[in-house]
Amino acid sequence: MHQPAPTEHGSSPSIWSRLSAITDYFAWPLRTSHYLELVNPLWTTHKMQARVVKVWDETKDARTLTLRPGLNWRGHRAGQHVRVGIPANGKHYTRTYTISSPPERDDDCFTITVKAIDKGTISHHIVRNIKVGDYLPIGLPQGDFYLPDANPIQPLFITAGSGITPAFSMINSLIAQGRLPDTCHLHYAPHELDVVLGKQLKEMAARHSRYHLNLLYTQEGKDQHFTAAQLDALCPDWKERDVYACGPPSLLEAIEACFEQAGCSRNLHIERFRAPFTEIPKDAVGGKVRFAQSAVDTEGDSETPLLKVAEDAGMNPPHGCRMGICHTCNTTLVSGCVRDLRTGEVLNEAGSIVQTCVCAAAGDCELDL
Amino acid sequence: MKTHKLPVDLTDEQIEAFGRELDAIRDEIFDSRGEKDRAYILKVIKTQRSLALCARVVIYASLFFLPAWGHALAIWPVMLTLLGLGTFMLGIAKILENMEIAHNVLHAQWDWMKDPEIQSNTWEWDTMSPSDRWMHSHNVVHHTWTNVLEKDLDVGYGIMRVTPLQKWKPAYLLQPIYFILLMLLFEEGVALHEQAIDDHLKGKNKFADFKPLMKRIGYKIWRQVAKDYIAWPLAAALVAIPISLFVDFSPLAVFGIVAGANAVANLIRNIWAFMIIFCGHFPAGAHNFTVEQVEGETRARWYLRQLLGSCNIEGGKLFHVLSGNLSHQIEHHLFPDMCSNRYKEASPRVRALADRYGLPYNSASLFRQFGTTWLKNIRLAFPGGGEPWRGTPDQATSS
Repeated sequence: MHQPAPTEHGSSPSIWSRLSAITDYFAWPLRTSHYLELVNPLWTTHKMQARVVKVWDETKDARTLTLRPGLNWRGHRAGQHVRVGIPANGKHYTRTYTISSPPERDDDCFTITVKAIDKGTISHHIVRNIKVGDYLPIGLPQGDFYLPDANPIQPLFITAGSGITPAFSMINSLIAQGRLPDTCHLHYAPHELDVVLGKQLKEMAARHSRYHLNLLYTQEGKDQHFTAAQLDALCPDWKERDVYACGPPSLLEAIEACFEQAGCSRNLHIERFRAPFTEIPKDAVGGKVRFAQSAVDTEGDSETPLLKVAEDAGMNPPHGCRMGICHTCNTTLVSGCVRDLRTGEVLNEAGSIVQTCVCAAAGDCELDL
Repeated sequence: MKTHKLPVDLTDEQIEAFGRELDAIRDEIFDSRGEKDRAYILKVIKTQRSLALCARVVIYASLFFLPAWGHALAIWPVMLTLLGLGTFMLGIAKILENMEIAHNVLHAQWDWMKDPEIQSNTWEWDTMSPSDRWMHSHNVVHHTWTNVLEKDLDVGYGIMRVTPLQKWKPAYLLQPIYFILLMLLFEEGVALHEQAIDDHLKGKNKFADFKPLMKRIGYKIWRQVAKDYIAWPLAAALVAIPISLFVDFSPLAVFGIVAGANAVANLIRNIWAFMIIFCGHFPAGAHNFTVEQVEGETRARWYLRQLLGSCNIEGGKLFHVLSGNLSHQIEHHLFPDMCSNRYKEASPRVRALADRYGLPYNSASLFRQFGTTWLKNIRLAFPGGGEPWRGTPDQATSS
């Protein structure tokens, strides 16, 4: 995971970067950082890593990992997310998780809270297999789902499941700064004991009178799913509040519709989790092919290698053996599905490496060519 | 039916069946790649980097045992033992880096892990040849056209006659000398192993045509030289300057010792890499092919050509690692992007498969493979040495 060096605009290079420019002559073709990694993986500059210092089960299928990031880490804003590299079955996967701890935490660590989702082999792997002492590659904090610097007008959080994480970070941040305004929070979970971070939420609600928590259980007898009427009942002044929502797509759709109807969409801030996989079409007979860098759109059938498709569209992408052995034609799958013509294996994860000379479209696809 | 022109007693259909069996071996092993393979390559990389660092430290440490220091252990035997140990360790580290790590990473053997740190398109290796240039001349040209005359530059590297199919010319009389020179300067040879340079020597292009290419190669060579022959020796010499006011040795000699140790380490790597690589396609029994023989080649026939043109070297576990698993050259040529630690598992299966189809499987000790390579080199320096290709399909192309 290559991160651009965080140089401040207009400032001269740091002493460290000047020094390492010299020591890199000793380390070539590697960099000094590759050798520092042997001593302590947290000292690297060529990639950033974090050490797992604690794991804690929040529910039967959700776990909080406490991570100590490397030296190049910069603080996050409450609500931001971070990319985490996960090695599973020998492969490296990248997933994005919201940081659940507030930036004010004083031990330089941060936490992510991961829920094992059905069929999500990677989240399962994180929840079950990652151990204390493991090192995980991480990115820098990203995302614009955070509270404004100015004291927010009274916020309303609407969250469900593991969508609690950004709200948890934000509320704790406001508490740590001693400027918690009147806050309303609606959180949805199937059962009482399935509430991710539930115990902490209840403690916060007990300690801070301005924090109004409503835990809604969707599978305990009566239907507690989100409705406008429910919102009116639990938070009558919701139209005057700044609203932060995070949860599964069905909840977010319902909230969006509700706010649109009330004409106060601009108060609504939404954080979505994007699915890393594309559904594999049942009848993989080819489809629309897009070459992103060249901005070429064309059609590819299920038998024609994508290299041929590109060439027929007038492009000249890199290639070599045309039989899948030399990897000169390797490119990245931006989105969609392709099929390896040799094995029939379907690649549908964004970021997969595609050998264009032996892969054909399996439904629509977009390549980084 | 037999329409192919390959020197084997199989029908077209049998060759296709042979190809399908190899595909099955490939798929089975590829499907079973996982955590253990990742742990293997990470361990090799970590070991190699630690070894390289320790080697440099031991070389530096040996300088504290120069007799001029005057302490009890400051005697030549101690100093030279440490220096020799450090140099040997550095040589091994370079061998590991070039052969088991970089060669295989650049073959995209580890791309499947999707680890951004271990990708064929971003890896740069510890040798003078820029990795992307080498990937072209090696992965594309050599692996696609293995042992095909006029197509595969590695058939004699443009300076040697390695098969009687090549027409003799007087320049080949000197090839035993080229052989030794290439062994000693293998790193430089690989860096300059370019079609453009070969063409230039034959007067087919102008220098300006490939000047940007030479600039790229030049930069890589400069950084390699800067590391081994400037940075490491100079740092030692700079420390030696103030010390030399009190201890009677010259900073220049210190510079020379470190630079010399690095040169010997590079030489160890050059000789070893040359020996392993020359055992890949040149020992007695390896086949070469003409362009006519590979016309309209199917994937199965490509497999067959790789089998006929490659030779394995037998040895222990450590030998296989230090050879970058090129001791399994046959398996490597059949499945160039299979991760190298799995070749030993493919090898007995391929060998039994070849036996079942009555095909040769050229596998022998390093002594036999390198010995016959050397003898062939001397024999082919002179005219003859075997039947030249007459263009009849029944003629064996074995040499």
